[in-house]
Amino acid sequence: MLDLKSINSFYGKAHVLRDLSFEVPRGEVVALLGRNGAGKSTTMKSVMQLVRTQSGQVSFQEQEITSLMPHKIAQLGLGYVPEDRRIFTDLTVIENLIVGQQPPREGAVTWTQDMLFGLFPNLAERRNNRGKALSGGEQQMLTIARTLMGNPLFLLLDEPSEGVAPIIVEQMAKVITQLKSEGLTILLSEQNLHFAQLVADRAVIIESGKQKYYGTLHDLNSQPEIRDAYLAA
Amino acid sequence: MELFIAQILTGLANASSLFLVACGLSLIFGVTRIVNFAHGSLYMIGAYTGYTLMQVLPGAIGFWAAIALSGVVVGIVGVLIEILVLRPVYKAPELFQLVATFGVILVIQDVALLLFGPEDLLGPRAPGLRGVVRIMGEPVPKYDIALLVITPIVALVLWYLMTKTRVGVLVRAATQDREMVGALGVNQAWLFTGVFALGSALAGLGGALQLPKGGADLLMDFNILAPVFVVVVIGGMGSLPGAYLAAIIISVLNVFGVTYLPQSTLVLMFVVMIVVLMFRPYGLFGREEVAGEHGQVGEPERPIKPASFRVRLVTSIMLLALAFLPLLGSTYLLVFLTDILIFCLFAASLHFLLGTGGLVSFGHAAYFGGGAYVAALLITYSDTPMELTFVLAPIGAGLVALVIGWLCLRLTGVYFAMLTLAFAQLVWSLVFQWGTVTGGDDGLVNIWPAVWLKPTVIYFYFALIFSVCGILLMRHVQHSPFGYALRAARDSQRQAEATGIDTRRIQLIAFGFAGFMGGIAGALFVFSKGSVFPNELEIARSFDALIVVFLGGVKTLAGGVVGAGFFKGLEETLLRFEYWRLLMGLLIIFIVIAAPEGIVGSLRKVGEHLGLKKAKDQ
Repeated sequence: MLDLKSINSFYGKAHVLRDLSFEVPRGEVVALLGRNGAGKSTTMKSVMQLVRTQSGQVSFQEQEITSLMPHKIAQLGLGYVPEDRRIFTDLTVIENLIVGQQPPREGAVTWTQDMLFGLFPNLAERRNNRGKALSGGEQQMLTIARTLMGNPLFLLLDEPSEGVAPIIVEQMAKVITQLKSEGLTILLSEQNLHFAQLVADRAVIIESGKQKYYGTLHDLNSQPEIRDAYLAA
Repeated sequence: MELFIAQILTGLANASSLFLVACGLSLIFGVTRIVNFAHGSLYMIGAYTGYTLMQVLPGAIGFWAAIALSGVVVGIVGVLIEILVLRPVYKAPELFQLVATFGVILVIQDVALLLFGPEDLLGPRAPGLRGVVRIMGEPVPKYDIALLVITPIVALVLWYLMTKTRVGVLVRAATQDREMVGALGVNQAWLFTGVFALGSALAGLGGALQLPKGGADLLMDFNILAPVFVVVVIGGMGSLPGAYLAAIIISVLNVFGVTYLPQSTLVLMFVVMIVVLMFRPYGLFGREEVAGEHGQVGEPERPIKPASFRVRLVTSIMLLALAFLPLLGSTYLLVFLTDILIFCLFAASLHFLLGTGGLVSFGHAAYFGGGAYVAALLITYSDTPMELTFVLAPIGAGLVALVIGWLCLRLTGVYFAMLTLAFAQLVWSLVFQWGTVTGGDDGLVNIWPAVWLKPTVIYFYFALIFSVCGILLMRHVQHSPFGYALRAARDSQRQAEATGIDTRRIQLIAFGFAGFMGGIAGALFVFSKGSVFPNELEIARSFDALIVVFLGGVKTLAGGVVGAGFFKGLEETLLRFEYWRLLMGLLIIFIVIAAPEGIVGSLRKVGEHLGLKKAKDQ
């Protein structure tokens, strides 16, 4: 469904992604694994063209998207959930959801505010609170909910488990599994192998912007040397 | 008591236009991060359009339709400006877009002159609202009462739009993080255009609404800018209630000022601003600007390096050529070159602050004009020898800069920049209104240099030596430990502080130093002309310097000087034409679009592209 072919990205002069190629098949959850600074977030941003790729090709449903503006890419059904919880802190929870709102899309669930409050009950109680009043976990949920308001076909989830309480992490895992069962394809970046194992079918491991592994999580588990070489304990 | 209430009502009515224009400015800045200096021009177009339409459309309905239509027309003008001028330069380095808006100001000034002529137009009275109403026995114009009703309605509509509609939510979201809004599937380009249209329409509405109380003239574009900036700064950037409250405070105080302190009306609002900022640095309802929160951390700056042997050689040859120019015997050329040299020094002093310090001063004329006025005052009132004056004038300008810098450096980003403009206007107002000492609008005349300096040739050498030494000194400082500390503070204030640099102190010293150098330019100026007028302190003078620095290239060391030479040469060439502002404005806009790194920066890129100069980071 999402296909990256030898993409190269830079931050200024720093070469961050080097010939990165992998694919995310429809209906699967693929975990993008790697240490801090390996280039996971840059990969996500490169798909959205928030970081412009210098060379290589990203296609979504057979359509080349590297030449598009971020908003066009989002309108194709790619939902981006940033890692640093970039919610709009001056806006209320409901207003944050309104920003994410897009027209219904064929082949995708049409989310409503109430459905999302069902998915994230904590947010329901805080619907009229401003973003800045939310806890870290609530903010993380809001970022996901906000992106779901765009009725995406595909979710780019950047480190959803980072810096949130264990109980929230569990809740996240449940949500991701549920979203997958509703037909969403997901690329999930993670440092936490344990969390990835809860939800993902496949894994890509990157290190310094280069791909080190691509295969099923099952196979990865039988190759501990790879795991130990590129992932934190 | 009766008079008191009547005056409050007048003040509230006067707040109307100010509020609308300030709202528009604040809205546009929030989303696009552009300080739209052409906002005063849009206000002026609104007034002229309203006036013209009121001549055509009959009766009371025609009058109000004309006002509404002015908003629409100016909104469309805003869309055109956004699409044609600003859209091509959004990707340019931050603040570069300012220069484009300067270009727009010039273009609009001449277009207005062309269409509406040079005479001031007296605004027509509102049909049906010509008389006064007696409130507790005091006469209050009926139109004031109408404004008292209209403004809150407009404010409420705006408030509804911003809080209750999706567009309003998007605008507020984009104010905080526009990149994220784009990543969620919202087309930013149209959001920008829409906000620009709305902001412009508000300015146009403001211009048309004040017609019956004022009129339309060609100076109103700059005249409204300082009060609007003050309102935005007092109210807090991006806050509607803040803008409303601030507009009311300023307008009401102004009415009382006219009655009780007629000599200080212009100064009064700046005093209020200073008081407010002492207690609330980000305005009544504003919030602190956090660097980088808008997802636009720019490209890292190139390292600076001492000039290469080749550059030194070329510069020396050019200086030598300059030194031999008097042999040509043309007095006109010498006077012209003296002007350029003085302007180069002035621009270089701003460039030092902007480029090396990252401190955007919108009011650098205060130090240029300040130096000139200190010199002129010393000569006029105390017969100070000219040589001593040359020492004291820059010191005076430097002290002014230190005081202003001390107050402004409490703030950062756009607040800082707007505050510097407001303080420069304060200095201007003082000089303008304190006529008994400063001569007011008539300026100070007969400020001639000592006898030995009188000949044009000698003065040319004098200016040459001072400008060149001044510019070399600033370059030297840029490469000194102080320059390193200043650049560290510019690039990352927090990291600089963590390494033990007292960034505020460093920046304050830089501010004072730049003011001092600007003061030298001012002193050179006043003795070369023999007189000084308040327009040397005007916003327009500050803008000249900003244009020059940006056109030359902020991120290059030679930018200020090259830009100044280019600008003065251009001005001299174009001044022969009747509509030189139009040409100049179009040319500026063209350069901004064609060379977004400035002249020096773009030439360097072209050079690197052609392989003439190797890119040094490989």
